Amino acid sequence: MTASRRDRSRSQGMSLDSGQWLLICAAGMLTVAGIAHTAATELIHSNVAIGFGALIAAGELARLTMPGNREVAPVSTAAALGYAVLLDVGNKPATHDALQVVAVVSAGMIAGALPHLAVGRPPRLDAIARRLISSSLLAFAFRPLAERLSPTTAGSNWWIALLVMAVLITAVLLVDVGIAAMLRAEVVRTAFPVAVRDEVRMVARLDAAVGASAALLALSAHSMGLTALLMFAAPLLVTQVAFRKYAGIRATYLQTVRALSRVTEVGGYVEPGHSRRVSHLSVAIGRELGMPEAELLELEYAALMHDIGQLSLSDPIPGGATVLTDPGQARRIAELGAEVIRKTGVLNQVAEIVRHQCDPVALTPPTASRIIKVANAYDDLVGGSTDRDRAAAALERLRLDGGDAYDPRIVEAMARVVDRLAPVSVL
Amino acid sequence: MPWPARVFFVLLMGGASFVVWRSVTSGRLEQFDNPTSTVLVLALLFLVCESVPTQLSVRQAAISVSFSAALAAVVLVGPEGATLVTLTAVLSVRPGLSLVKRLFNTAQFAICAYAAGEAFLAAARAMPHQPKPEDFPEIIVPFAVSAGVYVVINFLFTATILRLAEGVGRGVVPLRGMAQFLVSYLGYATFGLLIASLWTTVQSISAVLVLLPLFVARWALGQYHAQQRSYDATIAALCQAVETKDYYTRGHCTRVSDASSRIAEEIGMGTERLSAIRYAGMLHDVGKLGVPTKVLQKDGDLTEEEFAAVQLHPMRGLEIVRGIDFLDEAFAGIMHHHEKYDGTGYPMGLAAGEIPEFARIISVADAWDSMTSDRAYRKAKSKDEALAELRRGSGTQFDPVMVTAFLRALDRHPWEPPPSVPPMPFDAVVEQVVKDHDDPTSPIQVVSER
Repeated sequence: MTASRRDRSRSQGMSLDSGQWLLICAAGMLTVAGIAHTAATELIHSNVAIGFGALIAAGELARLTMPGNREVAPVSTAAALGYAVLLDVGNKPATHDALQVVAVVSAGMIAGALPHLAVGRPPRLDAIARRLISSSLLAFAFRPLAERLSPTTAGSNWWIALLVMAVLITAVLLVDVGIAAMLRAEVVRTAFPVAVRDEVRMVARLDAAVGASAALLALSAHSMGLTALLMFAAPLLVTQVAFRKYAGIRATYLQTVRALSRVTEVGGYVEPGHSRRVSHLSVAIGRELGMPEAELLELEYAALMHDIGQLSLSDPIPGGATVLTDPGQARRIAELGAEVIRKTGVLNQVAEIVRHQCDPVALTPPTASRIIKVANAYDDLVGGSTDRDRAAAALERLRLDGGDAYDPRIVEAMARVVDRLAPVSVL
Repeated sequence: MPWPARVFFVLLMGGASFVVWRSVTSGRLEQFDNPTSTVLVLALLFLVCESVPTQLSVRQAAISVSFSAALAAVVLVGPEGATLVTLTAVLSVRPGLSLVKRLFNTAQFAICAYAAGEAFLAAARAMPHQPKPEDFPEIIVPFAVSAGVYVVINFLFTATILRLAEGVGRGVVPLRGMAQFLVSYLGYATFGLLIASLWTTVQSISAVLVLLPLFVARWALGQYHAQQRSYDATIAALCQAVETKDYYTRGHCTRVSDASSRIAEEIGMGTERLSAIRYAGMLHDVGKLGVPTKVLQKDGDLTEEEFAAVQLHPMRGLEIVRGIDFLDEAFAGIMHHHEKYDGTGYPMGLAAGEIPEFARIISVADAWDSMTSDRAYRKAKSKDEALAELRRGSGTQFDPVMVTAFLRALDRHPWEPPPSVPPMPFDAVVEQVVKDHDDPTSPIQVVSER
């Protein structure tokens, strides 16, 4: 099991979609241009540049993975954005241009990624490229204005500078969310608006903290000089610690439910791998139907635990194929499973999904229940086999049941998913 | 409240009144640039911070972000202004805070702020004025001094009142908690310095910029705690589902988890390992489902082959939970919880120190719960019988250290024996296990087939 998971994560890391390639190439070109330009001219205020580069590297070192396999590096992002909007350091105007920002940020990011690389954790190239591109965008937008906004030149004050910073940082972060959603929509094959909503829900708060800290850094460099670099990160560090804990428990939660869903297999109640396959297929169908991430998580939990009610039966049903057992028995298993899940006191929604997993369409069960019913039936018929004929036969059979037992909309969605994923062995 | 606490409270109120009176009458406040508006804005900030305490640290006491606001006020409006700013604590909207506590907090904040302000001025050797950018690197040391003074006085006052009023003695807050306290204070002090340093440029916006990440952090921590609770409930429910099959062992996993964490606490394990052993205790028997029911139900001696199936269950359990991101120790605990101290256990026959610590703990907890709950073939043993059995097995089956630790833990909080299991309903679909593999008093007998 461990091996198969590793394989999958590797294939996810390796196979990049066209959008990701485009982004990475753009970031690479930016890096080359920035470093070449800076080398040709010269590093302006080198101690400031080195300070910021070091901070970015440290932030990259402390990157974390948010739920949904999203890599973020709040401290690094805030420092990069802060360097882009820097106006002065202890009353000395900061005159570096946008390409120098690109050079410093990419140098810092590379330096911060190296230790991770050394211990065999390669960075998510698309995530790192996105971070570089958003700070470069901000630099190209803000650097030309910097001299005019700088409060040390006569006739301007901090309020205008702060306002411009706030507007531009917000705009850049929005663009970043948009790019992230676009990539995600492509990778997991969901609709763009759904991806945007998921992305906003997951990172909006963290982005707010990052944006505020970037502005804070630019302002505090004015009054504290380079000391600001050490101080500004304090509030953000607290935020990062909190998010790391949150992401950690979310990951463990999912792993635990995935692991414990296997007790039905070990006990001989269902075919090996059944729960896992049903949950993969269900989530893929849910995505195909445009379900948002929060609902997908509930769907995944319900799919993983859909057979847990069998543990209350005295004897395993031979082969465990619930599609072939009589409806009364299947309904009882669903009831018992829902009872088990209800005992948690927190997963009530999941319990409802499991309870209705074998209701006919006429009773209008929740969409998630219908998805599990279809995916479960399909897996009972096909099992772990990757034979295309067998898959086609199973689909045909579900279609023939004709709208009463299985929701035709979901069967069609599954047909598309199966067609796409057929050669992959995880199905 | 006992009378020493009352005396202390009255003294504190007197001190606070004096400090406030000095602040209002001394006139030093006028030396700052427009002090009234600064004090008002900071007071509002202090009130907001005081109303939402962030429980970033230890269970016993919450440090609130208001500490940063008070320190910022020390720099920006001197001891007098800082004292006035802290007075808003009396208005804080915090549910469940009685008037006495509120007054106490306000009084001690006022005194702390005044003392911190005087310390700041003394350390800076400067006349009170709002700091300019060029003051900056030099301001850090006096700031640290004043923060230190604030923390020490605040801690002394709080500790004294807790001791006098509620009899909370020394040594209750563990050393680890103290370290956490200090780190939080250090962090909050940094926020205060940030707010103060930005005040000259963008005034109150600086507070927003500093506090926004903190409030986001607070939200994330709230989510974390909610997820953690939900996770604990889920893992317990799933483990119980594994047990439903066997009518008599229901609740076994939660009780073993509970007993294991008591032993672990007794031998002084840290927080992270403590939570790991809770989960290991919970999950120790999930592999039991892999043992064929007919073996578990068999009345009489097991054949070697059947016994091998029983011996396999820790490995099956490990195989199930291996995908979860626990400490490695938790896995070792699950894998080896049937090893015996003299090396005659399974699956690997490890002895004494070779057995992982977690496994030695779970083994004691497991046997204890098995003996003190009802089984199909016998009633639960009394506490004394079970204790005698543990002592008898100490050194042969159990690690003597863990047994003594468990005995100490039982002295501290008596064990609630599980409710007596009602006789099984006649038509129940569950089965009875005739022999509990965890029960040290009825060891599994194996007959050789040859």
